[in-house]
Amino acid sequence: MTTRVLVVGNGMAGARVAEELRRRDPSGHQIAVTVVGEEAHAAYNRILLSTVVGGAITPRETRLKPDGWWEAHLIEVRTGSRVTAVDTLTRTATVCRVPAAGGQPTDASLTDASTQIAWDELVLATGSTSFMPRIEGTQVGDRRFDDAQAGDMQLEETDVVAFRSIDDCARLVRAARSASHAIVLGGGLLGIEAARGLLMRGVDVTIVHPRSIPMERQLDDDGGAVLTRVLRATGARLILGRRVTAWRDAAGGHGHEAVLDDGTTIAGDLLVVAAGILPRVDLARDLGAEVRRGIVVDDRLSTTVPHVHAVGECVEHRGTVYGLVQPGWEQARVLADVLTGADPTSRYEGTEPLTRLKVHDIDLASMGVVTTGLHDDDHEVVTVADPRRGRYAKLVLRGDRVVGAVLLGAGDVAGAVSQLFDSGAPAPTDRIALLLGRAPGSGATPLDAVSLAQMPGSAVICRCNSVTKHGIVEAWRSGCTTRDAVATATRATTGCGSCVAAVDGLCQWLTSVEPPDMAARAGPESPTVSDQPQQHHPTAAFAEGAA
Amino acid sequence: MTDLLETAPRVTDTHCPYCGLQCAMTLTGDSAADLTVTPRRFPTNRGGLCQKGWTSAELLRHPGRLTTPLVRKAGELIETSWDEALDLVADTMRQVQDDHGRDAVALFGGGGLTNEKAYQLGKFARVALRTSQIDYNGRWCMSSAAAAGIRCFGLDRGMPFPVTDLGSAHAVLLLGANPAETMPPFLGHLVTSAEAGGLMVADPRLTPTAARALEGGGLHLQLRPGTDAALALGMLHLAVVERHVDRDYIAARTSGWDELWPTVAQWTPDRAERVTGVAAATMRRAVELLARARDTERGAYVLSASGGEQHATGTDTVSAYIALALGLGLPGQRGSGFGTITGQGNGQGGREHGQKADQLPGYRKIADPVARAHVAGVWGIDPDDLPGPGRSAFELLDALGTDAGPRLLMVHGSNPVVSAPHAGRVRERLAALDLLVVCDFVLSETAAMADVVLPVLQWAEEEGTMTNLDGRVLRRRAALAPAGLARSELEVWHDLAVRLGQPAERFPTDPRVVFDELRRASAGGPADYSAITWERIDAGEHLHWPCPLDRPQGTPRLFLDGFAFPDGRARFSAVDQTGPAEPVDGHYPLIGTTGRVLAHYQSGAQTRLVPELAASSGGMFVQVHPETADRAGLGDGALADVVSRRGRTRATVRCDADMRLDTVFLPFHWSGDGTANHLTNPVLDPTSRMPEFKACAVRLEVAS
Repeated sequence: MTTRVLVVGNGMAGARVAEELRRRDPSGHQIAVTVVGEEAHAAYNRILLSTVVGGAITPRETRLKPDGWWEAHLIEVRTGSRVTAVDTLTRTATVCRVPAAGGQPTDASLTDASTQIAWDELVLATGSTSFMPRIEGTQVGDRRFDDAQAGDMQLEETDVVAFRSIDDCARLVRAARSASHAIVLGGGLLGIEAARGLLMRGVDVTIVHPRSIPMERQLDDDGGAVLTRVLRATGARLILGRRVTAWRDAAGGHGHEAVLDDGTTIAGDLLVVAAGILPRVDLARDLGAEVRRGIVVDDRLSTTVPHVHAVGECVEHRGTVYGLVQPGWEQARVLADVLTGADPTSRYEGTEPLTRLKVHDIDLASMGVVTTGLHDDDHEVVTVADPRRGRYAKLVLRGDRVVGAVLLGAGDVAGAVSQLFDSGAPAPTDRIALLLGRAPGSGATPLDAVSLAQMPGSAVICRCNSVTKHGIVEAWRSGCTTRDAVATATRATTGCGSCVAAVDGLCQWLTSVEPPDMAARAGPESPTVSDQPQQHHPTAAFAEGAA
Repeated sequence: MTDLLETAPRVTDTHCPYCGLQCAMTLTGDSAADLTVTPRRFPTNRGGLCQKGWTSAELLRHPGRLTTPLVRKAGELIETSWDEALDLVADTMRQVQDDHGRDAVALFGGGGLTNEKAYQLGKFARVALRTSQIDYNGRWCMSSAAAAGIRCFGLDRGMPFPVTDLGSAHAVLLLGANPAETMPPFLGHLVTSAEAGGLMVADPRLTPTAARALEGGGLHLQLRPGTDAALALGMLHLAVVERHVDRDYIAARTSGWDELWPTVAQWTPDRAERVTGVAAATMRRAVELLARARDTERGAYVLSASGGEQHATGTDTVSAYIALALGLGLPGQRGSGFGTITGQGNGQGGREHGQKADQLPGYRKIADPVARAHVAGVWGIDPDDLPGPGRSAFELLDALGTDAGPRLLMVHGSNPVVSAPHAGRVRERLAALDLLVVCDFVLSETAAMADVVLPVLQWAEEEGTMTNLDGRVLRRRAALAPAGLARSELEVWHDLAVRLGQPAERFPTDPRVVFDELRRASAGGPADYSAITWERIDAGEHLHWPCPLDRPQGTPRLFLDGFAFPDGRARFSAVDQTGPAEPVDGHYPLIGTTGRVLAHYQSGAQTRLVPELAASSGGMFVQVHPETADRAGLGDGALADVVSRRGRTRATVRCDADMRLDTVFLPFHWSGDGTANHLTNPVLDPTSRMPEFKACAVRLEVAS
């Protein structure tokens, strides 16, 4: 008996559920999968949208899978379709075609095109929509931006663009061609990424953000202040602690202007809305599932309605709503384990959030708890800050475990810190070293006379032939005072050749502290000679370490 | 003067017995006791030798050198005559095959055997024994790189350009390679890139090679073991979003990009960073260095070695490396490229001529009817009499002495008791055989278990050819007469074949005659040697295969006009990061990874006998971060047990603050309690059948 799984939503989480199901049941004998998505496009990789805006890749290159992949893997995908109603008793769903952009949705077209799909397990992966704050002059406010009505609005008002979907992205790119100054509403992750994409397209950008620091969800105040400096240094204008209250034609007749809540105005010809996202919960609410901020799910990704599951940004799990892709992927894996029975004990226990700003010239990582104060009783907090150079690193530990970090302009250590954060492995005791990364030149230091002198006799000079400093000193004292002679006697320099400079340096140093005529007299058999320098060379005697 | 000339010592030009660089050397003298080694100027080693090469003559005069056949009687190996030993082997072969079928006899070869021996071993298996059960230790060395090369380029020649091309390159990315210790004179080719700050080394450890990179301002990408593919895919992602990919090259010279890209698209730098532990900033810098060197025509190369290859995902990992190189437009262009660094002395030639389970000479596939017909014609047999493909190395060893598995094993140039994964299991299987025959010149750990030990020649006692890491065919020359009763394997197989009823002329013993036959057998195959003659190599010509009769100049640089597929395009393979197969957990919280030290070669059976090498390397150790050691109650110099699900290895703790906290490193050159492969995971790559040598879950304990 084949189980029919209907996935509502063809975004990154919904598509991943389908993929994970098929991975566990490649033949399709056990599970039939149908995915319904509103957008006209095949499933795409939303996290690449800022890259599209930046121009490095085409919209087509955001596809999650190559053409034909879904069919070849027996996954039925209905794009441009919306689930308008679900009957959990008969386990059916009503699916309608979404009119192509520009078409007028009418009741007739909805009913004409509707079909019924029977399902055994329903997966809600409805994602989220852009939040649109109330702004006079934009005809919308405090409601979802990209539902049907908003779609009509956007066609008329291409000077107001959200930054959420690939269509938004196309609108943004089109608008950016004629725009010279964009106002980005929101200094969160998306807003900053949109701003940088526009800057790369030669558009001036002003970011208006209602809080006192950008990315306040990921940063503490000091980190936010450093990021503010960094953003401004990249050429973006950043206005903090202000809201846009109106968007209107500019007084002079050219372009538009935004009015802020303190009455000031900013001229611009494009308003980009990146003011946050809202989980899409309407369908879940309609079918009777518990909804708080998101659709409530348990550790098996089940909603409160039997046979109805949910994953991704629309979900509230243990009180948390995620706006990142990684949790959705982890949830999809667990749900597929549970639905196929591949691992019925599989559970989702939450994801430690790790945010990385994907902007070419700003290296920012934030993970876990970041607002803990320096003198907090329950945590150990370590910071390194150099605000003028755009560097700020903060580590928050509980016991030996890294539970949070901000790394701004400290990208060299982001890999090491994020792995400690993920694994929960004990952090090294030298916390500062962890935040600073490897000291420059720790691999090797230049071999000047002083370092050669101070080097212990047991130090290996020629690794290829295991020749120590002691060995070279011995050779020199037996009369081998040139590199070639030392090479013949010890084989030093005859392997990879990396130690040529060191051997030359040793020969020079020995010549300066022990002239060769003396060396020849004091041969290696001489009982009075060790490779401790002669007493009349006090500096060398001090300098050379034990052999 | 005349007197001087007459007493001048004999001088022989040959190449080092050890690694795949095959450094040129001159042997002076004509007795083992007084033979001396000096480096010889040659493009590959530029006059250099490492400590192993310098001391290579020591083994010729070592008291442990085997010079007489040995047969086990009443539990002891005792000296015997060749006739008695060979009669016993041949009789048992016949008996076992009569009782259990042809596949009851198995052969195991090595990547150090000359081309002639690798070829003749395959022929002996397929013609004299008609067994399909033959494989070799190269399966644990180059098989993933080879499989990926064939998959992506249509052909596997480790380095498809002369190694000297690297000498002028300003950017070289080494993925899991540590030539400063494993192949020191190779570093001479990296001077330009190192000094330009363009040497980049991906390795879980700060190896001497990585240190050399940092010293010149280059990069060390200190990845978590087993995340190599994520690193490559993350870098490729960066190459795309930062517009360093060569879109024209991808369109004109490759296929499969559209299928790979969606996977690459998901390897955002932050995700790759989280998985690999390599900072996104470092990956970005590495991509920039490669792209800039390419754009300014200063040479950009990506080179792979064991670090990424020796995994159960090795083929996919190398395919990901190749994808990075293809995305940047490097392969098949002058002054840039992708290559793999072959480890064993004849690791390249040894994988071309038929000692591999699925292979016939000339890098042909044994399942290919055209290949079978050609080779059967050269061998004078009916193609239908050729067996099909057999078991891969670990599967072969794992089956020994089981109901369906071989009952007799003959080992050549290999020491699987030390070098195989899950060494305890291999020892158990070898003990279950009816007869174990080992050909070696020292009593390796495997030979010590044998029922019959046949003494064979060392490098300085034999003639032959070797194919080095850039596909260059070299002459190995004899400076000495064979020690004692030692004989060439060519003679051993001849004598056995005759005892098994083969015509004597079918198994010649003169390497030159065998080489001429190899040339004919390889003709028309991917690795075509037909225009490479003994005389031409002797005359000092540098000939890189393929060297067919209609292109006698050979092919120093492959793929300039097209890749080895019918459409001439290289193929992106749609691979992803998976593995390691055994994740760490609370019981086994650390990642154990294995590798080499400078003073030793392979299982150490040879180099541990050289006093200077043994002294400079000390004994078995485990390299570990001091804090990781401390948590296990261990300090520098303490004796530790490293424990995995498969076994334990005793090692002296060597603390190193540059180690990753989650990784311990174990060299695999020691035996007994210190055998690193007691720990390793024998899970195999689905394509190459490479075991997972480079990542297994372990814990540290204070030695009890």
